[in-house]
Amino acid sequence: MDWTRILSDGLRSGLGINAAVYALAAVGLNLQYGYTGLMNYGQAGFLLVGAYGTAVTVDQWGLPLPLAFLFGIAAAVGFGLLLGLPTLRLRADYLAIVTISAAEILKLLVNTRQAQGLTGGPQGINGFANDFFEWNPIAQGRYGFGAVKFSHRDLWVILVTWALVVVVTFVMRRLVHSPWGRVLRAIREDEDAVRSLGKNVVAYKMQSLVLGGAIGGLAGIMLVMDKQFVEPKLFESALTFFVYALLILGGLARLMGPIAGGMLFWFFVSGSQGFLIEAVDNKFLGIHHVLQTDDIGPVRFMIVGLLIMVLVVFRPQGAFGSRDDVRLR
Amino acid sequence: MSGANESTLSSEVAAARAALRMVTGEPGVAKPDSILIADGMQRNFGGLAAVDVAHLEIPRHAITALIGPNGAGKTTLFNLLSGFDTPTAGHWSFDGHQIEGLRAYRIAQLGMVRTFQLTKALNGLTVLENMLLAARDQTGESLVGAFRPRKWRRQDAEHRTRAMDLLHRFKLDSKADDFAATLSGGQKKLLEMARSLMVEPSLVMLDEPMAGVNPALVESLLEHVQGLRDEGRTVLFVEHDMDVVMTISDWVVCMAEGSVIAEGTPESVAANAEVIDAYLGRVAGES
Repeated sequence: MDWTRILSDGLRSGLGINAAVYALAAVGLNLQYGYTGLMNYGQAGFLLVGAYGTAVTVDQWGLPLPLAFLFGIAAAVGFGLLLGLPTLRLRADYLAIVTISAAEILKLLVNTRQAQGLTGGPQGINGFANDFFEWNPIAQGRYGFGAVKFSHRDLWVILVTWALVVVVTFVMRRLVHSPWGRVLRAIREDEDAVRSLGKNVVAYKMQSLVLGGAIGGLAGIMLVMDKQFVEPKLFESALTFFVYALLILGGLARLMGPIAGGMLFWFFVSGSQGFLIEAVDNKFLGIHHVLQTDDIGPVRFMIVGLLIMVLVVFRPQGAFGSRDDVRLR
Repeated sequence: MSGANESTLSSEVAAARAALRMVTGEPGVAKPDSILIADGMQRNFGGLAAVDVAHLEIPRHAITALIGPNGAGKTTLFNLLSGFDTPTAGHWSFDGHQIEGLRAYRIAQLGMVRTFQLTKALNGLTVLENMLLAARDQTGESLVGAFRPRKWRRQDAEHRTRAMDLLHRFKLDSKADDFAATLSGGQKKLLEMARSLMVEPSLVMLDEPMAGVNPALVESLLEHVQGLRDEGRTVLFVEHDMDVVMTISDWVVCMAEGSVIAEGTPESVAANAEVIDAYLGRVAGES
């Protein structure tokens, strides 16, 4: 068993692009669900809208990439308004149903033949992210420590995405510690109490949904910058649930929650994959009798699922959460 | 507030209460000065008329008790008037504003603030945060204003002074930094009342403020309610405890089966045969 390899697999992934993109998506979800109590089960839809918004703008209209970023984010804002208008006056469950359906509908819609001219259908779009890599100031080579190394290309996407996570987290810190954030936390607990004190609850919920969705859109943009192509399959609803899982792992309604959660989640996913590969190859503890190399993909997620269950039982507040906060909910 | 203003205020309150005593006690009677006027209020649930009030006026600068047996429609009427429920029919105005169709938060902003039968202290916020939340016109409560910390911190500091004064008055000041979850049921009622005052309401609507409150606390709660009137606010409250009603109210409205069946001074309502029949009689019969 090569334990260093397992550890470095985990670390590479825990610091890598997936961790950063998921952390960014989770910052948005944390605002919506963690601080405001909005059950947005369609975060994947916000990522999709951001990603396609950007890709289509470059691909169809040939506009410069920075402008396309803005279009992507604007599209996510529009999506948030569209979902929020009919649902935010209703009970919380309605938002859950509408968001998950809308995300699924969008995924199917961009896949249709009718949309193919715009979205490329199942083939998707590529070649819209070239400028992003032309901006890369990092000299060619591999960077990192030990076995944890990234190419100059990957490092560029990773650094930009983590930088966005940090910037957005600082903005969140401003917001959640302000009276605005106080209203959101109060809404999470009891909307009617907040209404009775003269606050426009629907407007606050809308701001939270749209802002969290815009951050999700940004995460979608970075996801497809890394891939350099966009296709419907990237936005399965499993994406939304992974983001929920890592948010709970890191700690709900905590500024560090998404960051810690993103890192831990991907550390565990890739670490357990590395562990299983090593274990099967080395016939570790007789594991090769029950498991073949092809099984490892799904089994690693079972292991992560199990870890999350254990966590919820023994440490419901997550890595950075506060016990009081969980108890008082 | 200067001494001159205070004495003007207290004489104003006294005059309003004296004028109210001259009003004939009958359902829907007009008052010399009404802060809240409701007409043709109806709320049907399926075929059942939960509320059917032809005309009701709530007198300014007085404590009005809303009584009636269980299921009389008191809380439903509260919900309608405060915008938390939509009536099947009806018009009502508050302090000269037509407020039917306004959303609950707009009605609260106009100065008509309610509490709830099941206390809604925000447990995950500290006692002080509960109070600060309720302050009006906070710069930091807008998405843009949140990025102006110097401005909103200064505002928060001002609100904190007022909040601590109120908490002191309600004997909650030592709890200011504790989570509201740690308060007893009675203390939560006090917090809810104190919090509603942060909105600076002219009409305070209390839904069963004494329910579930330790008897030792009831007396101080009563004093607080009277204190609200004496500082120029109008109080409308729902209550079951007849002793409480008789002690502090200036005016009593009795509902049964959705309608107002009697109103008047506490003494006149207590002596009203219909009220005794609908409400007091039943209680006396049970004991």
